[in-house]
Amino acid sequence: MKPSRLNVEPQLAHPDDFYQALLELHQGLTDEESRLANAKLILLLANHIGDQAVLDEALRIAREGLGEGSASAVERSGSAVPSVIWAAPLRRVTKERT
Amino acid sequence: MARAHERPVYAYRRVADQDTGRPVYHPVVIVGAGPVGLTAALDCAVHGLPHVLLDAEDTVCEGSKAICFAKRSLEIFDRLGCGERLVSKGVVWNLGRVFFGGRQIYAFNLAPEAGHQRPAFINLQQYYLEECLIERLGELGGTDLRWRNTVTGVEPCADGVGLTVDTPDGAYRMRCDYLIVADGARSPIRHLLGLPCRGQVFQDRFLIADVVMQADFPTERWFWFKPPFHTGQSTLLHRQADNVWRIDFQLDRDADPDEEKRPERVIARIKAMLGEQVRFDLDWVSVYTFQCRRMERFQHAGRIFFVGDAAHQVSPFGARGANGGIQDVDNLIWKLALVMAGKAPAALLESYDAERIPAADENILNSTRSTEFITPKSEASRAFRDATLMLAEHYPFARRLVNSGRLSVPAMLRGSPLNTPDTETFDSPLGPGAPCADAPIQTATGEDWLLRQLGNLFTGVYFAAAHGRVSARSVEIIRTLAGGTIPVTVRVVGERLSGKGPDGCGIVDVAGLVRRRYGGSPGTFYLIRPDQHVCARWRQLELEPVRHALLRALGQTQRHSEQIA
Ligand SMILES: Cc1cc2nc3c(=O)[nH]c(=O)nc-3n(C[C@H](O)[C@H](O)[C@H](O)COP(=O)(O)OP(=O)(O)OC[C@H]3O[C@@H](n4cnc5c(N)ncnc54)[C@H](O)[C@@H]3O)c2cc1C
Repeated sequence: MKPSRLNVEPQLAHPDDFYQALLELHQGLTDEESRLANAKLILLLANHIGDQAVLDEALRIAREGLGEGSASAVERSGSAVPSVIWAAPLRRVTKERT
Repeated sequence: MARAHERPVYAYRRVADQDTGRPVYHPVVIVGAGPVGLTAALDCAVHGLPHVLLDAEDTVCEGSKAICFAKRSLEIFDRLGCGERLVSKGVVWNLGRVFFGGRQIYAFNLAPEAGHQRPAFINLQQYYLEECLIERLGELGGTDLRWRNTVTGVEPCADGVGLTVDTPDGAYRMRCDYLIVADGARSPIRHLLGLPCRGQVFQDRFLIADVVMQADFPTERWFWFKPPFHTGQSTLLHRQADNVWRIDFQLDRDADPDEEKRPERVIARIKAMLGEQVRFDLDWVSVYTFQCRRMERFQHAGRIFFVGDAAHQVSPFGARGANGGIQDVDNLIWKLALVMAGKAPAALLESYDAERIPAADENILNSTRSTEFITPKSEASRAFRDATLMLAEHYPFARRLVNSGRLSVPAMLRGSPLNTPDTETFDSPLGPGAPCADAPIQTATGEDWLLRQLGNLFTGVYFAAAHGRVSARSVEIIRTLAGGTIPVTVRVVGERLSGKGPDGCGIVDVAGLVRRRYGGSPGTFYLIRPDQHVCARWRQLELEPVRHALLRALGQTQRHSEQIA
């Protein structure tokens, strides 16, 4: 196994408080709104982390035990981007414009 | 519908080849007079390659089709002598606005840094581009352009390619040394040769309309995610020349394309979008779908080259279709010219695949990612898309994730076998493979631009010392390079023109931008390909390394090199 760069040691000082706050985020939301709240949360945290290697590791672990063939298929493709294009390498395009 | 543009008709003419009864030989045949085939013909004309251009139709494309042309394409058209015409007809835009629902979430400005002749993009209807290229072909002469000539058969053989061509007067046959296939996304020739084109086919349908407006809408790109005036997922509004506006509506999956194309329906949609009071005429409507895919290889049987949409297709988001195809041609023709003149081995032609396949993959990757963002395919994908847009209104980090099209940028050709890697460090991103950057300059004849001094042949850029003088030794090297089998014309860049340098090649770096962009400390030398991409660069000028880099850029093996050098 490669040395993990994602910190998976216990970090939260008050885990129960955090867990409660996480659930409260979703209180009174429809399923669709909850999905949006989760997505926003992930995007905010991902940007805060800002390290692609750490994020890749987290993406890999998040996929473990889920879906057909579980983690190994994702590991091979190197990322969890859904639309894998034939022969197009999944490299990062650094100079992008919006 | 009121037409904003009348399509010209180019007359079919019977040619002598049709009466000989046996296949007539032509060195180069280009199939397809779309933007890419026309550019190929222009580049052949500029390089003096005898060629025939065949097209099944007798006019330009219907409706605007491609509308955004990138800086790199304009620079290529400058090299071919018609960039100025396109820019003066086109519309320059820099500002884009992104809306989500009824709200603008942010605006962006594409204005490039100062000191480049060409803007980041112009908008111009594809039919105007095609007309302009046809006009330029007429001026250059040398193109045997045959309308209503449809290729129906292709037979590659060891020493050439045989063709069967159908015309209003019946079929005839030709043969050629090299065949350039620019017959578009459906590429009949690709099918005739049984060559696959693999990738993703998208189910999404877009309704596309050209609208003539008198209203003074700003020259900006407006993109709506989940527009309030339309049930589909996205809408784009973009200005073209002559007050024509492009509107793209993404249709619902279950929409009936024929029903959607009915003018009454389209007009109602546009009114909902622009407001009842805005006066407009509908000029053209179409429904399109798209694919993101490519052929496995673009060179086939050694002598057949697929270019443009025939070789690869992308979604329209990012304007990478025509802009990508124009770069294919820019890459191919100088190589063909050198190989046909016996100045480079046929191996040079293999670098077309080595350079343009990664470029196509980059375009496919970017346009596929844009498509996924614009037309999310799953609940999760949609949730992330909408969450990104919600955050983007307030948080700049999320704007960088918003993807309404990553606009075409030139290929960097980083891994090309023709490059000679840097052995020194440079304070400039223009490494081997990069297309040269522009800068304002002055020459003996007046104000000019750097890129206009480069291209069509191998050129060198040499940075003189501040006083503008060039040592006798460097002058000698520059003369030797100019007199080689493959001549390298060297431009000397200084702060002022010096009478002491080699004659007629001095460039004054009026704004200091050449030096800055190229990291041009005194003595620095850049070797540049005929397509304006960098081959190699050094901190001082020595003959042998330049010679080696030149041979490498010609696809020579080491052994070959020794024979030729
Ligand atoms: C809605 C839309 C918007 C777009 N926007 C942009 C944009 O903004 N920027 C951009 O860069 N690209 C854009 N594109 C893509 C662009 O239009 C294409 O990439 C471009 O037209 C490809 O040019 P081509 O010369 O390869 O092929 P085509 O334009 O398809 O030309 C092929 C030619 O080959 C001829 N032909 C076909 N078969 C034969 C045969 N057997 N014998 C002889 N001739 C034949 C045809 O008559 C035709 O003239 C857009 C496309 C669409 C649909």
